[in-house]
Amino acid sequence: MSASESTPEAVGLRAEGRVARRQAWSRASRWILLGATLLGLVVLVVLGIDNAITGIPALDWDFLVSYPSRKAELAGIRPGILGLIWVLALTVILAIPLAVGAAIWMEEFAPRNAILTTVRLNIANLAGVPSIIYGILGLAVFVRLMELGPSILAGALTLALMILPMTVITSVEAISQVPPSIREGSLALGATRWQTVWNHVLPGAMPGILTGTILAVARAAGETAALIVIGAAAFIAADPSLSFAGLLDSFTTLPMQVYSWTLQTKPEFRANAAAGIIVLMIAVIGLNALALVVRDRLRRN
Amino acid sequence: MALANSPEGADLARALRKRPFRRPGENLIQVALLLCAVVSIATTFAIIYVLFSDAIGFFREVSFWHFFNPGNEWQALIDPRTFGVWELVVGTVNVTLWSMVIALPLGLAAAIYLSEYAHAQTRRFLKPLLELLAGVPTVVYAYFALTFISDDILLPLLGGRISFFNSLSASIMLGVMILPIIASVSEDAMASVPRDLREAAYGLGATRLEVAFRVVFPAAISGIVAAVLLAIARVIGETMIVAVAAGSNPSLSFSPLETIQTMTGFMLQVALGDAARGTTDYTSLFAVGALLFLMTFVLNVGAQIVVRRFREAYE
Repeated sequence: MSASESTPEAVGLRAEGRVARRQAWSRASRWILLGATLLGLVVLVVLGIDNAITGIPALDWDFLVSYPSRKAELAGIRPGILGLIWVLALTVILAIPLAVGAAIWMEEFAPRNAILTTVRLNIANLAGVPSIIYGILGLAVFVRLMELGPSILAGALTLALMILPMTVITSVEAISQVPPSIREGSLALGATRWQTVWNHVLPGAMPGILTGTILAVARAAGETAALIVIGAAAFIAADPSLSFAGLLDSFTTLPMQVYSWTLQTKPEFRANAAAGIIVLMIAVIGLNALALVVRDRLRRN
Repeated sequence: MALANSPEGADLARALRKRPFRRPGENLIQVALLLCAVVSIATTFAIIYVLFSDAIGFFREVSFWHFFNPGNEWQALIDPRTFGVWELVVGTVNVTLWSMVIALPLGLAAAIYLSEYAHAQTRRFLKPLLELLAGVPTVVYAYFALTFISDDILLPLLGGRISFFNSLSASIMLGVMILPIIASVSEDAMASVPRDLREAAYGLGATRLEVAFRVVFPAAISGIVAAVLLAIARVIGETMIVAVAAGSNPSLSFSPLETIQTMTGFMLQVALGDAARGTTDYTSLFAVGALLFLMTFVLNVGAQIVVRRFREAYE
């Protein structure tokens, strides 16, 4: 820099220019960062539209209520929908009492010692175990050892173990957010610890537990890998029967049907996969929206 | 006791002592609750037992050195069978690498935007939307990767330079899938950076961008590292996307344009076939599964350790 530029005025001007540049960058960064935030969503929306264009021609009432077929235009997702509802209902019945029970023990009864820390760490780790490994566990224990075969019950037990850690974690969070004053009030009036938990803590934690449960169901609804490993069928041309014996029937789910159509090379079957995806996405987005509504209720109360 | 000093007080104290504070059955309930917690511990032991008992069977037939020798190929299902697991590990690292190239900048940008720029209302609206990306069933991403990303976009765009089944299409979808994990966990870390740090920087004349990148980002770095570890664990365990879109041809290539096979991709291939129990075809599923389990375990524990250290720093 030459001497003429180091007059106080020139230095001041340069500094102002620098500040203006820094501020311009800062202003621009808001939009750049917002764009990056939205990019993933934009990709999903574009793919969703692409998928709708492919799938909507195949999506009609017959598609929802028909059995699979070798002819793409006759094939439907009836066993997938019924199988999915059946297996998810069973999964919830199996997983939720276990998860809430474990959460109550951890929050209300467990001694604050190394055992509790171990249980916590263990559950955090289980939440990170890949679903295909839960599939292997289900194959070895439920399908083979307990001789349930690739049945609805074996599928539900596998999915229940898979969503258990996630449900425990959200239940623990919900229970820990119930204010201690409520427990103290109940205990002071002479209620036992269990009466306190049952009459006051659980009702207070219910919206949080419900939100977690719905999100876990949404996750289980889309699960495919674990079900393939336990040997769930891709094509079944019968409704699952609503009886205790029916628990041992083989089954398929909507994601399994989507998967098997994805592997087909004929474009008509690809269209069926796209149509199945539309139904699956409506279900999953619906469940997520439901979870949000429940969570908002919780906030308002 | 002060209570026992007056006659009425003594009566009350006696009554209180007599009153059963635990109803019969209360202990039973506690045991039942404890059993619920025990199920989770039992699950862990069952996973370890199932994986490692058959993996040991595998290593009776195939030596450790053969398994981990980088010179061996992975050809588990047709003769001559060779079990060089590095080809599968490299396949997994390949998709992890390219999906992180996509998800890391976008996820961190989203975390910074949500934590430092967005109004509370925008955040309440955007965060659940972003989290939906992690809630999309992976079989849907798998279909998108194969049909739209690979077939409709990459093949016409890159022509002969890219295989029909390729790591890139899988990585793009994996990147979208883990975006919310990186964004959400990092945002939590950034949100818990104390206000004084930001205010001190603003007081010295820093702009919002400078505060975000030079103050908040370094202060939240351990939370960000934890987010990355969790995201990697999620990618290496993901099965459907890689099995459908990345192909089933193990290779030591890190190129995004080639057909590869990941550890999970191979596991699904075995599960879909009809390998008989006791054969190495079948037990190789457990050997690869055990390795996958160990890798995700190390990543998850690593994330927890990093997070704990970060909590100590600011509470």
